Amino acid sequence: MSMVRLTIDGSEVEVPEGTTILQAAEKAGIRIPTLCYHKRLPPIESCNMCIVEIEGEEEPVNSCAAPVSEGLVVTTNSKALHEQRTANLKKILKHHPLDCPVCDKAGECELQDIVYEFGIEDVPYEPRKVKRDDSYSTTLIRYWADRCILCGRCVAACSDLKQIGALEIQGEDEHARIVVDPDKCKSCGECLMVCPTGALTENLSKYKGRPWLVKRVWTTCSYCGCGCQFQLNVLDNRVIGITTDVDTGVNRGSVCDKGRFGYEYIGDESRLKKPLIKENGAFREASWEEALDTVAEKFKAIRDEHGPDAIAGLTSAKCTNEENFLFQKFIRAVIGTNNVDHCARL
Amino acid sequence: MTNPIGDVLKTEVILAIGTDTTGNHPIIANYIMEAVHQNGVKLLVIDPRRIELVDHADLWLQHNPGTDVALLNGLMHIILKENLQDQAYIDERMEGFEELKSCVEKYTPEYVSSITGVPEEKLYAAARLYGEADPAAILYTMGITQHTTGTDNVKSCANLAMLCGNVGKVGGGVNPLRGQNNVQGACDMGGLPNVFPGYQAVTVDDVRKKFADAWGVEGFPSTVGLTITEMFDAAESGKVKAIYVMGENPVLSDPDKHHIEHCIESLDFFVVQDIFLTETAKLADVVLPAACFAEKNGTVSNTERRVQRVRKAVEPPGEAREDTWIISEISRRMGYTMPATTPEKIMDEINLLTPSYKGITYKRIEKGGISWPCPDEDHPGTPVLHVGKFARGKGLFFAIDYIPPAEEADDEYPFVLSTGRVPQHFHTGTMTRRGTGLNRLCPEPIAQLNPEDAEKLNVSDGDFIEITSRRGSIKLKTWLTERSKLGMVFVPFHFHEAPANTLTHAIVDPVAKIPEFKVSAVKVKKAS
Repeated sequence: MSMVRLTIDGSEVEVPEGTTILQAAEKAGIRIPTLCYHKRLPPIESCNMCIVEIEGEEEPVNSCAAPVSEGLVVTTNSKALHEQRTANLKKILKHHPLDCPVCDKAGECELQDIVYEFGIEDVPYEPRKVKRDDSYSTTLIRYWADRCILCGRCVAACSDLKQIGALEIQGEDEHARIVVDPDKCKSCGECLMVCPTGALTENLSKYKGRPWLVKRVWTTCSYCGCGCQFQLNVLDNRVIGITTDVDTGVNRGSVCDKGRFGYEYIGDESRLKKPLIKENGAFREASWEEALDTVAEKFKAIRDEHGPDAIAGLTSAKCTNEENFLFQKFIRAVIGTNNVDHCARL
Repeated sequence: MTNPIGDVLKTEVILAIGTDTTGNHPIIANYIMEAVHQNGVKLLVIDPRRIELVDHADLWLQHNPGTDVALLNGLMHIILKENLQDQAYIDERMEGFEELKSCVEKYTPEYVSSITGVPEEKLYAAARLYGEADPAAILYTMGITQHTTGTDNVKSCANLAMLCGNVGKVGGGVNPLRGQNNVQGACDMGGLPNVFPGYQAVTVDDVRKKFADAWGVEGFPSTVGLTITEMFDAAESGKVKAIYVMGENPVLSDPDKHHIEHCIESLDFFVVQDIFLTETAKLADVVLPAACFAEKNGTVSNTERRVQRVRKAVEPPGEAREDTWIISEISRRMGYTMPATTPEKIMDEINLLTPSYKGITYKRIEKGGISWPCPDEDHPGTPVLHVGKFARGKGLFFAIDYIPPAEEADDEYPFVLSTGRVPQHFHTGTMTRRGTGLNRLCPEPIAQLNPEDAEKLNVSDGDFIEITSRRGSIKLKTWLTERSKLGMVFVPFHFHEAPANTLTHAIVDPVAKIPEFKVSAVKVKKAS
């Protein structure tokens, strides 16, 4: 692939042909403000925040969509650009209710961050004249229509990443709104991943937690073998949701509906909490001492009377490597048999 | 997988056979979508069911269930006739080519079409699509393996890939997509009756001596142990008296449910260690409450053989404890003290005894996983297997003949039942059916039936049907959909209220001992 040289804010940058100005700037360590741009999505160009000046061109261009070319001289920051960006942001903010105190997204809202960065404080909220429909096709995702800035990320994620196309923007200006096709939507939650505001929120957890109040712990998903990486969000020893990062793991920020919404079992009331011993056909609770003694004595008795091959163990594709290692070691070294398997075949 | 997931972006053709990827591996499906719709990669789908991938495919072969070997031999026959094989690769890296060549000779398009039901022109098109690509990647899952010829099916996929020089190459490979988060690791760690950790065979004297020395015991049996299905049979015959289950639910996941229950009832002692009182745990004499993945530290190995961290986020409920603690406590009471019981210390022991995991330490994978084999601490890991040469030296072709499924449809049981998963649920539903979230999306079992078949049976969309096999019978709702091939019915196995494995038979692949969940003969009628 041939390389292209250009100048950004006085620095010379060399990048492969086909790179966008935004990507080239990032490579040079220059940050251009963005809002609708998302690393995994094609350029949407709805927010016009990433505008830059190109020497010899009259109008600024959207750097997320503009490809580099040899000898280009780019300016990413000027008074004119700042004024234009501020005006563009105010236009977006005009119809966005500043209900941040009750919004789940507060504290990790990309709109909030950029408004804060630009120091905008004098935009009176004007509700849209045409009331939008709040409904979404799935009860697991809540659509807060008033908060939606129509950036188009969710639409692009649904059509480009998932190739489902359940979302579209219908109508113009005051009438513009996101419309969901309930027959197509699978509730995968890819739209939740990309929404930069609190317009789409997870509507599952009974518990609320501000981003700065929850503990976040990186782990690997407990379902299929993809090995998706996400953070468990923990409040008061309870998992109340998950978050992902576009740069972490094979999933690149995505997770499926099981990964995203399938965490409730962790804190489910029906979890086993005490050892159980069956007596006369019914379980009773037992202490660990009693349960472990019973198991060890029974295993010893059966091994001594019938030999080690009279015992077998099933280890687990849902347990860790360390647990599987220890389990087969127990069956082989302590019981003395190779009768160990798991449900790889099922 | 021989190759990383991201390799599908670097290939020319993806051959997806026996994998409902959008349903079962949605994140891998994201990669397929990107490959097909952004990178111009061609997609060839081979599946009896009209799965969603078909909508994105350049070519779809809808073969009769269980005829994969015939189909793959047929593709190789055409590839050889048209000289599309990678002869230089075969000459340099392979053995057994002449045997393979003479075996596939009789699998002419005409003959293969008669077995598989795939029109001859589609066989030609598929063979050319795969054969002319360089590289091409094969993806498969249980649609290939859950057959009495599962081993043959896998070997046939490998034959095809090696014939075209696609193994040991970026963007190529033979790639099973694993269905559980640590099914790879459970195998790697020796959770199998024939091997110690790292696939070191129990039948090899030196291997047994190495482990005996490391673990301070006199020795181990030199004979291979029992597989899961054999264990339950041995329980029924009285040979096995006790079974210890950690985190599995065989009553719902194993074939022929009534048989499994009967086998468990024959045991003297049955212990289940789990996070819920599963259908299996209910039959136990002692139930031990365990911690779930969010409550412990450790590692799991994904389908790319990438070893990644699991980290403790919350405390386990009540008195539930980590599996490692429970195992160690039973062990200690039986007179053997496990020296290493914390996950990181156990990993040290794994490093010592498992050559492919030797260089994988907690410190190294703190910021991201490493794919095994990783023979030392400076090794970056091995994303692509068999580069330059095969693990065994020369690659080996297997000459394999087609064998029909064990139980085929007949006059009395005219439908073919295939079982599997739906996107919203996982395995036996013990995790995904708790809480409300996923149950809002998929609250109940639904059989997928072809509308034409439904019309003959006088069944409307949403009606209850009764499905009966030689083993038993279940009742559930129907969804009339073209996804199901004519003459086929698909039932998910997550649901205890309509357990699909009441219907399945327990005849297994002679080598892998995997059951034939994708082909059982059943009859279907509208439920009264």
